[in-house]
Amino acid sequence: MSTLRPYRNAVRASLTAALCLSNFASQVAERHNVPEVEAKTSPELLLNNLVVARNKDERVLIEPSINSVRVSIKVKQADEIEDILVHKFSRFLSQRAESFLILRRKPIQDYDISFLITNTHTEQLLTNKLVDFILAFMEDVDKEISEMKLFVNSRARSVAETFLVQPEAKLGAITDRERGKARFAGVEG
Amino acid sequence: MAAPEVHHLFHNPIADHSFSADRKTLAIARDTAVELYSRVGNAFKLKDELKGHDKIVTSVDIAPHSGRIVSCSQDRNALVWEPSPTGYKPTLVLLRINRAATFVRWSPSETKFAVGSGDRVIAVCYFEEENDWWVSKHLKKPIRSTITTVAWHPNSVLLAAGSTDAHARVFSSFIKGVDARPDPGVWGERLPFNTVCGEYLNNSAGWVHSVSFSPSGDALAFAAHDSSITVVYPSGPDQPPKAIISINTQLLPFMSLIWNGEAEIIAAGYDCEAFRFKGGPDGWQLSGTLEAKGRPGLAGNREESALNMFKQMDLKGKVNKDDTQRNTIHQNTITMLRPYEASGGAVTKFSSTGVDGRIVIWNA
Repeated sequence: MSTLRPYRNAVRASLTAALCLSNFASQVAERHNVPEVEAKTSPELLLNNLVVARNKDERVLIEPSINSVRVSIKVKQADEIEDILVHKFSRFLSQRAESFLILRRKPIQDYDISFLITNTHTEQLLTNKLVDFILAFMEDVDKEISEMKLFVNSRARSVAETFLVQPEAKLGAITDRERGKARFAGVEG
Repeated sequence: MAAPEVHHLFHNPIADHSFSADRKTLAIARDTAVELYSRVGNAFKLKDELKGHDKIVTSVDIAPHSGRIVSCSQDRNALVWEPSPTGYKPTLVLLRINRAATFVRWSPSETKFAVGSGDRVIAVCYFEEENDWWVSKHLKKPIRSTITTVAWHPNSVLLAAGSTDAHARVFSSFIKGVDARPDPGVWGERLPFNTVCGEYLNNSAGWVHSVSFSPSGDALAFAAHDSSITVVYPSGPDQPPKAIISINTQLLPFMSLIWNGEAEIIAAGYDCEAFRFKGGPDGWQLSGTLEAKGRPGLAGNREESALNMFKQMDLKGKVNKDDTQRNTIHQNTITMLRPYEASGGAVTKFSSTGVDGRIVIWNA
């Protein structure tokens, strides 16, 4: 857990610097104003991409540009259960992208969840709160996934237990007469 | 030092602002309109709304003597608003650009203005008497990206421009019949239209957000997206400049800067507060912020009472500090600084506007 704090600090500092956005009309299409990080039409308007990685499964990709920033998060997936859980969870969120304002409907390839922050967001919302939100989100997703994994595991255990207990319980319900019959047939319970 | 004067006008971003010469009228670029406020006692009251653009107005400027207002917008147009007894009359300018117009400034002579654009040109506009309209000539030669800012030299011929191709350039915008022949200076001797008198890049090639000539016009400062300010002292035509001084800071980038005399620069930007730089041809340094921190009203809020803590735990299930307020006056990026009051070559007061819809008048 000792690497968590520097990881979060690095993400916070990089995001704060990347969120210096301004209103910028497209210089390619007439009367358009599009997020340059999505359009990618003018290379001089894009800044260098930045990956903050805690380990090989946990990383954040920040793609800044003059009027928008794309932040993509790779959530830790240690085993197959976490794989499935993260997939379901990010799908659930992406389908409700409107209510999150900055959530992108489709994550960037190799990442689980992407945010698209444009200059209108930094104008309407507090920049430091946006950074806080993304960091809290990263934390909550990890918490949620490990909680769900624990839940799935405990449920699996109880299901398995019930399933394995069943024949024994059935045996308890067998009447003595039947047991006698069974003994008669030479089958020992 | 007296406290700065704060006016919270609305909750929209202010792209640009400009005061009239008597400082009674304030023009604000808000969304697709230019709003005119007049000073009533201690407040600004909305007096008029100039509607003519159909996209976001990016810049507005009032000519101090003639009172004409020029505005430009992302709808590719610029309008000159002529004051008349019945209100302001708009005149469309023939810009001949087909991308957004990003920045406009009157020349000190008020016979011309320059419009920066996303079309990789600067349109230098002047009034043509015989046709009775504003026409433009284009500066376009070495520009490779959107012009973000322009600034005039005091002689009304030289024009500095900053662009997203990371260059700050000085052009000649001499127009025959409009301008008087300028005196030769450090920037050059013969200055036909579209002479590039200087082309400067900073260390890490950040987008240039703001340029400004010093009051004498013999030095140029520009702020770029790598949080630096660069000051250039040219030495003469066709010679390398006397000094190019870059001041790198640990702050967020600056969006606007103004000179205060020859030895001081005030800059502000994404840190939501103004900073002072001091120096000269031998070197520049950051001397500090202009905002007095720990204002009396703020200290009380920071104190957390036990009652408040338990109340918050009860209401929200957690204790969180109220950090929805920044401890600066502006609550969001400062996008524009303008001199407000000057005496003897030094700025005594300047105004700032930002994305938070506030206008603040500071004592320099």
